[in-house]
Amino acid sequence: MDSGGADAARILSEIKGLKATKSDIEAKISALEAQLKDLNCRNDAVSSNGSCPLATSLDSGLGHGLSPEMIHRYSRQLLLPSFGVQAQSNLLKSSILVVGAGGLGSPALLYLAACGVGRLGIVDNDEVELNNMHRQIIHTEAYIGRLKVESAAAACRAINSTVQIVEHKEALRTSNALEILSKYDVVVDATDNAPGRYMISDCCVVLGKPLVSGAALGLEGQLSVYNYNGGPCYRCLFPTPPPTTACQRCSDSGVLGVVPGIIGCLQALEAIKIASAVGEPLVGRMLLFDALSGRIRIVKIRGRSLHCEVCGENATFTRQQFQEFDYEKFTQSPLSASAPPKLNLLSGDSRISSKDYNERLKNGEVHILVDVRPEHHFRIVSLPNSLNIPLSTLEKRLAEISSALREAEGQRDASLYVICRRGNDSQRAVNYLHDIGFTSAKDIIGGLESWARDVDPSFPTY
Amino acid sequence: MQLTVEFGGGLELLCNSVKIHNINIETPKGAQQLAMRDLLVWVQNNLIKERPEMFIKGDTVRPGVLVLVNDCDWELSGQLDTTLEEKDVVVFISTLHGG
Ligand SMILES: [Zn+2]
Repeated sequence: MDSGGADAARILSEIKGLKATKSDIEAKISALEAQLKDLNCRNDAVSSNGSCPLATSLDSGLGHGLSPEMIHRYSRQLLLPSFGVQAQSNLLKSSILVVGAGGLGSPALLYLAACGVGRLGIVDNDEVELNNMHRQIIHTEAYIGRLKVESAAAACRAINSTVQIVEHKEALRTSNALEILSKYDVVVDATDNAPGRYMISDCCVVLGKPLVSGAALGLEGQLSVYNYNGGPCYRCLFPTPPPTTACQRCSDSGVLGVVPGIIGCLQALEAIKIASAVGEPLVGRMLLFDALSGRIRIVKIRGRSLHCEVCGENATFTRQQFQEFDYEKFTQSPLSASAPPKLNLLSGDSRISSKDYNERLKNGEVHILVDVRPEHHFRIVSLPNSLNIPLSTLEKRLAEISSALREAEGQRDASLYVICRRGNDSQRAVNYLHDIGFTSAKDIIGGLESWARDVDPSFPTY
Repeated sequence: MQLTVEFGGGLELLCNSVKIHNINIETPKGAQQLAMRDLLVWVQNNLIKERPEMFIKGDTVRPGVLVLVNDCDWELSGQLDTTLEEKDVVVFISTLHGG
């Protein structure tokens, strides 16, 4: 049995190695293909909007610029009377930028590559993680730990090698946004944070680009097209940023994978409509999607605001002002949806590391461990013998702590430790417990994340 | 007057996670009609169970909340002065940022 296990491990590692080599080779091939396309492109006349006309330069003599291969590839779209050759030809000449290769960007990019956008740009600086896979369907397991842009670009090229894929392996900032966005006809906001949404919208106003904006969280999604055909910009709708407590993250609140998938597909659709000049884009309207009740509602929203600070009648928001604007300060939140900053509310002697706590546990110290995470977090995973009292209910449930301490060993003699997911709520709880008289309460620094990192690597993280 | 009041985008968490509320509300004494201004006060007193600051700021909704009266942005109907009629549907929705 043991040698069988070793064999399996060897085979698995060989497969892993070969897969890595394979994807490297594929990446090289597609990079070379792109180079070749650029060369062919430069030898031909440059198209009016500066983008590469790609295989259209093969001039089929059919008058619409579609090569025989393109006619075959896009035939099911060409057959649509309301889409047809003209829209396809517009699409092939267009360029679309997708900011964010996550839950929204994944399906958006797949469809945009498949449908034949001329040039498709991807901006992101994140790496693929295991907890992305349930919704960020453009990425495969082989790419875990690698840049999302590389992974997404490879997937797009695998679907349609005739589309020019541009990889922007950097976070979008005020310093690079003007340059990047200016190279595209349509911008798709598939980011995951409030400052990014204001920044992208303002940049689109400054550059006069249509913006397809989507958002999803939990079991709900929202979609609208901004700064197009006289419609509002994001700031017309939300002139004042929401309080940071109202900006929930997928990493805290959760999200059902298919929900951003649906919104991302709709973003692709709106971008295709704008780029190919067909249909009625979702301007001055917003689509609200409620997955749980199975409801989609399309509501009428205000038009462009005359008083908008960025796109209004008397607004003078310049490129320079954009570059100097501090979006993180404006929204009081960071330009990436990563973990919240670590608080430092307590003095050192009111805190204990997860390693030290483990030592005391092994020495049989009599104590009570209170886990202040919400109940549905506690149900995912918890430390043995911990008592779940969510922070929001702590005030009402102090008696439970008192009686647990009394039971453990003479009142106030047993130690009292508080833990949470990352070590912020536990500090808030300890602060409160100190005030109320539980002066010996200590928080476990870094919460269950540090327990998993420093004490028990097999302890699940989420 | 019967109205339907709905919450979304996470605002339902402020009212015991109930999204749709069918309510009965009286027109204030001496007033001809019920305005959104009156409904906001009623909602705050009767439906919002926690963290009212996540719903109201000053005399209106907090930034980042869209208000829709019969699927139409209340900016287009006079915001707080929008008058309500029998069977109207009022939606409060918090804007999402995730992806
Ligand atoms: Zn505006």
